Amino acid sequence: MFDDWQAFIAMGGHGLYVWLAYGAALALLILHLVRLRADWRKTLRLLRSKRDQDHASQAP
Amino acid sequence: MNFKAWWHRLGSPKWFYRVSGPWQSLFLSLALALLAIGTVWGLAFAPPDYQQGNSFRIIYVHVPAAMLAQSVYLLLGVAGALLLVWRMKLAGLVLETLVPFGMGATALALFSGAIWGKPTWGAWWVFDGRTTATLVLLFLYFGLHALRRAIPDPAAASRACALLAIVGVINIPIIKYSVHWWTTLHQGATFKLTTAPAMPAAMWAPLLVNVLGAYCLLAANLVAKLRNAILRRERSSRWVRDLMDGSQPSIGPAPSPNRPSAAPSHSQRSAAP
Repeated sequence: MFDDWQAFIAMGGHGLYVWLAYGAALALLILHLVRLRADWRKTLRLLRSKRDQDHASQAP
Repeated sequence: MNFKAWWHRLGSPKWFYRVSGPWQSLFLSLALALLAIGTVWGLAFAPPDYQQGNSFRIIYVHVPAAMLAQSVYLLLGVAGALLLVWRMKLAGLVLETLVPFGMGATALALFSGAIWGKPTWGAWWVFDGRTTATLVLLFLYFGLHALRRAIPDPAAASRACALLAIVGVINIPIIKYSVHWWTTLHQGATFKLTTAPAMPAAMWAPLLVNVLGAYCLLAANLVAKLRNAILRRERSSRWVRDLMDGSQPSIGPAPSPNRPSAAPSHSQRSAAP
């Protein structure tokens, strides 16, 4: 257990390694969530344009 | 329900879309909650290792990432077999949508391993059995990605990727048993089915939480990507067009308050003659 925040950040001299690993994991998680949202938006865009096409072709 | 009907339905994209609606948000919230708990626990409250000090905390990133890297590839191999043997449509979509996730997990496993190796082994990189086999795994993911893009015909691309995925599965037992077959600096498995972990519970419990969180993240990703891919592929079919025209509140990943524009706009527009 750590005594204070400074000790927590320093990680007994291994701070650079520990925080680099966790930082990379967090960055990848955020990237993953952003990509997932983009995938959903792309899908919705495609479906909407398809629906608009269908409606346009049905119009007299 | 008899097995044959169940098996048939399992491969049906429409059926999967119908039943999987609530799964996505469930798995995603579980994943984020578990990962938050496991990470804070592992970083702040687990005791330091008597030899490695605090650098051992990288285990809570490294092991879940490495487990995902291998599990995703195994899933791709199974999906490849289901696609080639039974032509299961859903398996083809799994093969198509899961590659980036596996690639990211493998890259994180290698990166966190390198960072852990420096203070522990004295080197960022060692060409021993497990690290080399995991590097091969990363190249297999790159190969699957490139192969898909290199072949214009989607069906032919899927078959080629299925074959590569199946052949590449041979690498998974090599990664798993590499620490027993060859002399290595890499430590053995933390969790085994037959024996209790060698480390105390205060150290392995947060790891278990993070591993479960990682698998929930995989499940959430798989369900979300599959649902999107199904909608895109089946956009000309009757049921997807009904979904877009109808008054369903949302066809999205999960009904969420900050995404109100998903359905209302098109139900208004489709009301026009």
